[in-house]
Amino acid sequence: MSSADPRTHGADAPFDPSAEAARATAAILHDTLHGEARGVVVDSPPGAGKSTLVVNAARELAAAGRPLMVVAQTNAQVDDLVLRLAEKEPDLPVGRLHSSDADPYDKALDDLEHVRKSTKASDLAGLDVVISTAAKWAHVSGVEPWRHAIVDEAYQMRSDALLAVAGLFERALFVGDPGQLDPFAIVGSEQWAGLSYDPSASAVSTLLAHNPSLPQHRLPVSWRLPASAAPLVSDAFYPYTRFRSGTGHGDRSLSFGVPSDGGGPDRVLDEAAASGWGLLELPARHTPRTDPEAVRAVAAVVRRLLDRGGATVSERSPDPVPLTADRIAVGTAHRDQAAAVRAALAELAVSGVTVDTANRLQGREYDVTVVLHPLSGRPDATAFHLETGRLCVLASRHRHACIVVARAGIADLLDDHPSTEPVQLGVTVKFPDGWEANHAVLSHLSEHRVPWQP
Amino acid sequence: MTALRQRLAELRGPAVPAKALDARALAALAANPGCRRRALLDGAGVDKSALAQALGSPSGFGQSQFAFVRGNAFEAKVKADGGAELLRLVHAHLGGGPEPTTGAPDGDPAAVRTPDLAAAGPEGRAARTALALREASGTRAWTLLDHPMLALDVAGSPAFLEPDAVVVHPDGHWTVVEIKSFPMIDGAADAAKVGSAARQAAVYALALQQVAGHLDPAPPVHHRVLLVCPKDFSNQPTAAVMDVRKQLSVTKRQLGRLTRIEDIADALPEGTTFDVERPAAELTEAVESVPAAYAPECLAACELAFHCRERARGDGEVTALGRSVRGELGALTAVEDVLAAARGTAGDPDDPAVAALRRAAGLRAEALAAAGGDTAC
Amino acid sequence: MSLIHTLARLEAVESGRAQPLAMVRHRHLAARPLVFVPLTTAGEAGAPLGALVGSDRERPRLLVVPQPRDRDLRFAFLADLAEEVLPYVDSFAEDTEPAEQSKTDPETGKRVKVEVELCADAPQLIVPSRAGVDFVRLLGRSMRFRRTAEQDPDTPYPAPARVPLLGRWLTHFAERARVPGSTLIAAMTELLARHWATGQSSLEDQHLGALLAWIDPPGGDAGAEAARRAETARDAGGQLLCPPAGPATDPAFDNKLLAPAIERYDRARTALAAADDGPSADHRLAELTAAEREIGALVESRTRPTWDAVWHGLDLLNDLPEGERAAERWTRDRWSYTGHRDRVLAGEPPQPRRDDAVTAANKLAARETAQARLEAQEALDDPLVMAARRLSGEAFAGEVTEVVMAYSESKRPSPRPLVTLRTDDGPHLAERAKVYRSLAGKPQSAQFVGYDEEGGVVLRIMDKMGRGKEPDEGSVPEKGDQVTWTLFEHAPRGGPSLPEPEDTPWTHGGPPGTGAEAPDPVTSEDTL
Repeated sequence: MSSADPRTHGADAPFDPSAEAARATAAILHDTLHGEARGVVVDSPPGAGKSTLVVNAARELAAAGRPLMVVAQTNAQVDDLVLRLAEKEPDLPVGRLHSSDADPYDKALDDLEHVRKSTKASDLAGLDVVISTAAKWAHVSGVEPWRHAIVDEAYQMRSDALLAVAGLFERALFVGDPGQLDPFAIVGSEQWAGLSYDPSASAVSTLLAHNPSLPQHRLPVSWRLPASAAPLVSDAFYPYTRFRSGTGHGDRSLSFGVPSDGGGPDRVLDEAAASGWGLLELPARHTPRTDPEAVRAVAAVVRRLLDRGGATVSERSPDPVPLTADRIAVGTAHRDQAAAVRAALAELAVSGVTVDTANRLQGREYDVTVVLHPLSGRPDATAFHLETGRLCVLASRHRHACIVVARAGIADLLDDHPSTEPVQLGVTVKFPDGWEANHAVLSHLSEHRVPWQP
Repeated sequence: MTALRQRLAELRGPAVPAKALDARALAALAANPGCRRRALLDGAGVDKSALAQALGSPSGFGQSQFAFVRGNAFEAKVKADGGAELLRLVHAHLGGGPEPTTGAPDGDPAAVRTPDLAAAGPEGRAARTALALREASGTRAWTLLDHPMLALDVAGSPAFLEPDAVVVHPDGHWTVVEIKSFPMIDGAADAAKVGSAARQAAVYALALQQVAGHLDPAPPVHHRVLLVCPKDFSNQPTAAVMDVRKQLSVTKRQLGRLTRIEDIADALPEGTTFDVERPAAELTEAVESVPAAYAPECLAACELAFHCRERARGDGEVTALGRSVRGELGALTAVEDVLAAARGTAGDPDDPAVAALRRAAGLRAEALAAAGGDTAC
Repeated sequence: MSLIHTLARLEAVESGRAQPLAMVRHRHLAARPLVFVPLTTAGEAGAPLGALVGSDRERPRLLVVPQPRDRDLRFAFLADLAEEVLPYVDSFAEDTEPAEQSKTDPETGKRVKVEVELCADAPQLIVPSRAGVDFVRLLGRSMRFRRTAEQDPDTPYPAPARVPLLGRWLTHFAERARVPGSTLIAAMTELLARHWATGQSSLEDQHLGALLAWIDPPGGDAGAEAARRAETARDAGGQLLCPPAGPATDPAFDNKLLAPAIERYDRARTALAAADDGPSADHRLAELTAAEREIGALVESRTRPTWDAVWHGLDLLNDLPEGERAAERWTRDRWSYTGHRDRVLAGEPPQPRRDDAVTAANKLAARETAQARLEAQEALDDPLVMAARRLSGEAFAGEVTEVVMAYSESKRPSPRPLVTLRTDDGPHLAERAKVYRSLAGKPQSAQFVGYDEEGGVVLRIMDKMGRGKEPDEGSVPEKGDQVTWTLFEHAPRGGPSLPEPEDTPWTHGGPPGTGAEAPDPVTSEDTL
């Protein structure tokens, strides 16, 4: 462990986030470029600059004359990396390997002069950097192995997907966020539980089980999460690999031009503007997933957020920046909930706000998020709804404030949840588990509670 | 608390001794923590098995004598020779000192001590165990406590727990050892059985933490517990480490919530008793006065499950079909109401649950009609 | 559980009878299955107590281990079991048909078609419940590493000749059971629960007697009452009227009936060993035989009801017509059987204890594909299954209201007609989503274009219209047609090919060790 540990600083030693982050990045790049190990693993908490790291590492490796392949998990992630790389270094020859489906890549790539696109890896041979999804890489064969690879979102990659591509590179930098949603299989995989190479486990757990001496780093600073959110997210989801926010309590603010009308949505907005968190609590009731009242409440909060002329101040700009629809996201657990929220927003004539499930919000960043709590109104808590990663994603997308809409009664639901999980021998326990993390987040949210009967 | 004890004794019935809470019962608190009936009956020390019998719905739980004999024989084998094999496994999996050597002289860190824990009554044995633990913590040697007795405070009353073994390492750590007779085959074991062993072990670890808490400095209690099982198809012991942090935190929280049995008891009508000597009708009424949260999983975890199932079915509770069934039904909880909503004879069509039910019913009817099927078979 | 399934269960509660969950039988059933009803000894790992086995429902073979802790008796049981199972399994080995298989040419590395044999039919094992499948797996594991005296003259406690081979076959069956939709081995409770919804929970459905009570209650009783009787009713001696389907026995049976009988058997055996003259030996042998027969009768009394229940279940299932695509999945089972036959013939070692990294990944990928294929095929074969997919927004059906001819913008324009569909379903259609319908058994694809003013779904047909400028007759839906489209693929493809095990990369520990695995060490105390 060579990365800086924020906990080693005494209470009175000033924490210099930029210096800490730079130190960590330098160590990572050093191990990647000059280290002996075949792999380097980097844990990156939400908003800690993972993409920046990947782009920097790619540029340095290219500059060192090492042909590089980059493995990401989704086409959107691949396109995003290509765009970021081209933005930083427009002259760098980059290959975008893509599938033969319709619309295989973002049309914006067509405008980039030095980005070549092809369905065949052989067409892209010789380019400094070739980027594609793990699924596409898995079909590449009969080529010289790359000297180096970067595997992005490695914690969301399944072990068997890594198995399919690991023969393509000699050594690799693995980057990802261990706190987000774990990969899963649609059939049972218990028979391999406890095996180091369980194909349904995450790529990183297999990698480290077989190569325990690989250097492991972590990025110690979240540049996204505000000072109001980093401690909670760190404590609840990363208790053994704590991180800090890059900004202090006074560095960011959210304010409204229009005063509160005294209604629930406005009160919770004021609470969130002041403290970074808000819980809009509707009366306890068991509801179907698309609880109409809760969905309407989410839409109302978003509507008021826009109507009240929200403005943000942050380290990026000393002047207030208007809070626009594209800087707001609504997060849900299920697709039908997202669809219901979209419909409710359309009824209130709101457009341009991102509404998506936790799965699809992974890796994204907004100024303000409004979250429909996964356990709101549920008669039972299931493993899906309790999954640690789901709550972590939903609670860590924002730069300024996060507003959670929920029915009352979640604490009782958690307490009444039967705890009879099977235990597989040899499987590393993921800790904290969702039950515990949910309790932690809920108890924090309850301090920012605005009860409301719509 | 004495008032509560008095109240709970009344609930059991005069002259009925409390059924001692063991680790299995405490671990089972987490199986259905939403059930007030179970919380109260367990908290009051009511013999649920006898109660189920008296209610006319016996549990059907029992242990085969083959399993019993086999379990005892295996545990004896694991602990033979002063626990040599057991300590070898503890050392191999958890370390914490040099390899233990039975017969090594006192003062040698490889030495193994097996203190005599015999004493009169559970209180005496618990005190003896606490003493042995304290002594062991200073010796910097291996100590094996065979069937120690641990007292755990449960809602103000002590529960006495007897783990298979506790080991004190030369480095001062305390470890719970669970010996089970289900096999570990090629390193894997029945995950449901391991899960219940882990929950049980967590109760012991919690009790051990309480004992440790009385010492200064408090010796560290491993949250990693050693599970010892027969290897493959043999009688040879093998072991695996279980991380019980999660089970520990659940157990702690559920034990903390047990104090609510006072409120549950207070809500009962005056004179309520679960004394099995009372007539069945009266008992049924008494049991019904405490709300239950029946789900099919109870059948494997609670002696009263058959009784509660009949009641749940009689009341048309949809959860009798499984907890997951309620997931999409919103506020609807009765079979009759769900079906009426699906058929369009009741329910608000703007309620998404009702709307989905109607669509489901329509699609189902359409498919059955298309295939020439007959719903009323 | 889908809401349609929930509704079916609630209807079952109301009517007191199980309700159909399927309009066709989604699993192939063999004309001549082998039914296996095993019992095990409580507390022991894989120590069988006895079994009924056979493919003739009137004449099951009863196998008994009068003292389950006796290794010789267990071996005798396993040898007898091999004698029943292996000839049945082998009886499908000879009848083959030519088939094509694609293999990697070792010289060129290219995929080439080779002609191989495919067994025309395959064996099918039916056990009462999921626990029965697990027991088959356990038996397979316990036997396949055993050594016979012929394999290793020095081995202590050599296994009877065919026992290791039976272990390999049972292992193969149990491993195949993990492939969704496969029926090389099937658990009756799972077969029935797939086709009927009872008025009880899926946990309770694991009790074969209770499950059958809902589907076909004796004497027209209400299902709940009949099921309760099957679960809990006991005779005057405290024994369950409907014994559990095993392999675990009821503790009351163990304690009150079996334990005393085994004790008598042990005593008779000790007495026989101590007999010092002919007449007393004869007498004691008779006592031993009687004790043995008593245990046999006990085992039969606990297995015969289950045996009959399994055949009853087969009758009920056979009354349903087989789903069209079930045969395709059975063909895959035949491939699986043929493949294992070939491995045994080629003298390959028994299956390893745990899979290597590549094998595990290949199995997981194959099962995920099988699961997706099964879900698609069941929906296409069965309107009731499709209804659930429509409810969840994964499929939609409706009437074609408009067809507008259109063409692609390539040099040789191909037909890309726009079809508008009026539907009450609410499909989760993303922009330009691909959808499929079944056209003469083959999937035709279309692209979601958008919604028209009345909310109709507009689709662009993309393929299966022939090579000409005009679409082939019948290849484009017409106005007024009822069409069902799915958002899921009809024939999901498998994943990419993985490296050979000897090329396992460093991330996964490198190549696994080679060579057959050693047998389990045997000790005098081994229980099996």
